[in-house]
Amino acid sequence: MTLADTLRFAFTALARHRRRSIFSVIGMTVGVASVIVLTALGEGAQRYVTDQFSSLGSELLIVIPGKNETSGGILAGGIGGVPNDLTLDDARALERDIPGVSFVVPMVVGNETVSHLERRRQLIVVGATHQFLETRELHMGSGQFLPRDDFDRGAPVAVIGVKVASELFGNENPLGQVLRIGDWRMRAIGVLEPKGQQIGLNIDDLVIIPVASAMRMFDRSSLFRILLRLDSHSDLEAAKSRTLAILTERHDEEDVTVISQESVVESLSKILNALTLAVAGIGAISLAVAGLGVMNLMLVSVSERTSEVGLLKALGAKRRQVHALFLTEAVLLAFAGGLLGIVFGFVLVELFTVFYPKFPAAPPVWAIFSALGVAVAMGSIFGVLPARRATDLDPVAALAGR
Amino acid sequence: MIELNGVWKTYQVGDQPLHALKDVSLEVEDGGYLAVMGPSGSGKSTLLSILGCLDRPTQGSYRLDGDEVGSLDEPQLSEIRRWKIGFVFQSFHLVPRLEAAENVALPMVLAGIPAAERRERVAKALDAVGLAKRASHRPAELSGGECQRVAIARSMVMQPRLLLADEPTGNLDSKSGASVMELIEGMNANGLTLIVVTHDANIGRRANNVVVLRDGEIDQLVPGSELHYGLELANPREPAG
Repeated sequence: MTLADTLRFAFTALARHRRRSIFSVIGMTVGVASVIVLTALGEGAQRYVTDQFSSLGSELLIVIPGKNETSGGILAGGIGGVPNDLTLDDARALERDIPGVSFVVPMVVGNETVSHLERRRQLIVVGATHQFLETRELHMGSGQFLPRDDFDRGAPVAVIGVKVASELFGNENPLGQVLRIGDWRMRAIGVLEPKGQQIGLNIDDLVIIPVASAMRMFDRSSLFRILLRLDSHSDLEAAKSRTLAILTERHDEEDVTVISQESVVESLSKILNALTLAVAGIGAISLAVAGLGVMNLMLVSVSERTSEVGLLKALGAKRRQVHALFLTEAVLLAFAGGLLGIVFGFVLVELFTVFYPKFPAAPPVWAIFSALGVAVAMGSIFGVLPARRATDLDPVAALAGR
Repeated sequence: MIELNGVWKTYQVGDQPLHALKDVSLEVEDGGYLAVMGPSGSGKSTLLSILGCLDRPTQGSYRLDGDEVGSLDEPQLSEIRRWKIGFVFQSFHLVPRLEAAENVALPMVLAGIPAAERRERVAKALDAVGLAKRASHRPAELSGGECQRVAIARSMVMQPRLLLADEPTGNLDSKSGASVMELIEGMNANGLTLIVVTHDANIGRRANNVVVLRDGEIDQLVPGSELHYGLELANPREPAG
């Protein structure tokens, strides 16, 4: 019996019970489509995060106050393990002593009421320095960024995002106007180009002021972060341990954490990858359920067609022919469902990107092929039992419809 | 062509052995015509299953064309059914979703005969049973007599040496039954060995030989013309079994 004849025979059998065949195909379709959509979202999330972070450049070190491990109170030497302040002097020392550093950006972040005349808003206020612009790859829309002052000089100036500009100043030009930030009066000197969300910060909706001003404003003695930008040729790991050594010496204990951009991306990537696999696994469960659906349909089909099996045997069909005929039906169902699922999955992903154009959702190639592969595998695994049942029928009893 | 020698078929029903056939011996020569008769449960169908290589005797010997069927394995039995034996059933056993021509082609599809040759032989077979014009009809669109003639075309298409017919007229009115028997007996006249299971004493009388079974044993084995078969047993509407 040729393959074409086998396929044709199996197809006519499925076409005979169109409705239940279609339902069984739909089961597979949903399974495959869900694998495609879920992995597309997982993969998209991963790409989104990686893109965001790599826009900052890979030669970036971040110093965070506090150790990221719990330390024993007595052995740590300090009272309650409270970390020392991360100060502007620390930042200066790093800028001076780390080989290959191009600049450092000390940062403070706070929340403050920002107003102009009667309009007021609660906004995120970032204290930073001139190089913040370069580190975050931001661009000026109009005016200028923070002046190239010394860290300590807290000039009463502010740079604002476009959304802040439009909401507080309306159609007025904000440049040169006075803003109230908390109890402080600051002069607006620049408006940033629209940028949108960037690593958890909406760039369009924040105010940037000199770091020294921010520390006074929020009455902080410690910095929130110190960013270190290194030359592109410098040794990242060496700079990392040197940074840690300098700060440990200055604080008399190891109370800061130094992370590199790369390690952040890497660990996030790992987490999101695991997430993608997890959701793919959930999708695969629905494929297994769809496989059970195929098995159920085929079992019903075999018991309805007992006398047909008997006839096939009387006409000289070999056991493996009977087996192949019924297995082919199951695989056909699964394969049709798999193909439809891919189409349907892509449509859903496309639809998703229409609504969330910034989210780079796209199913990975491995997911497409493995979803189809798993669907067909499910069809052939769950098709074996019904096919074997048909094969094992006794021809005499089967002809009698028993 | 066919030699049965001391054939027993025993089923185990619970603790009790049930003898469906007891020590059956008979011969059918090449081109012969044997009618198998007897009341329901007398072992007619079991005998036909064994003759058709669908089942093997528990004991005794069945030689078909010199081959000892009992010693053949399942694939070899399939080969014999495929090439040497044609079946015609009381309930036709057509595949309902296939057209008449496709039903006729089915044995050739299973045997892997190329499509072009299939078409030719199907056309010939359907023509021979007078259904050339009904080739693309499904069984549901055909009368009982037409269905049985499609089944006969299917049984002929592999050009077997032996035709086994199990109550071929059992589901037909007398007119289409007569035309079906005319077809089958015509094939026998052309050299095909024919074995018919029937309740119809008129068919039995036309056969070369008649074997009448009772409780799995041979009650009579006589030339058709000498059949003495009580009218009380003639019940053509009774299902095979």
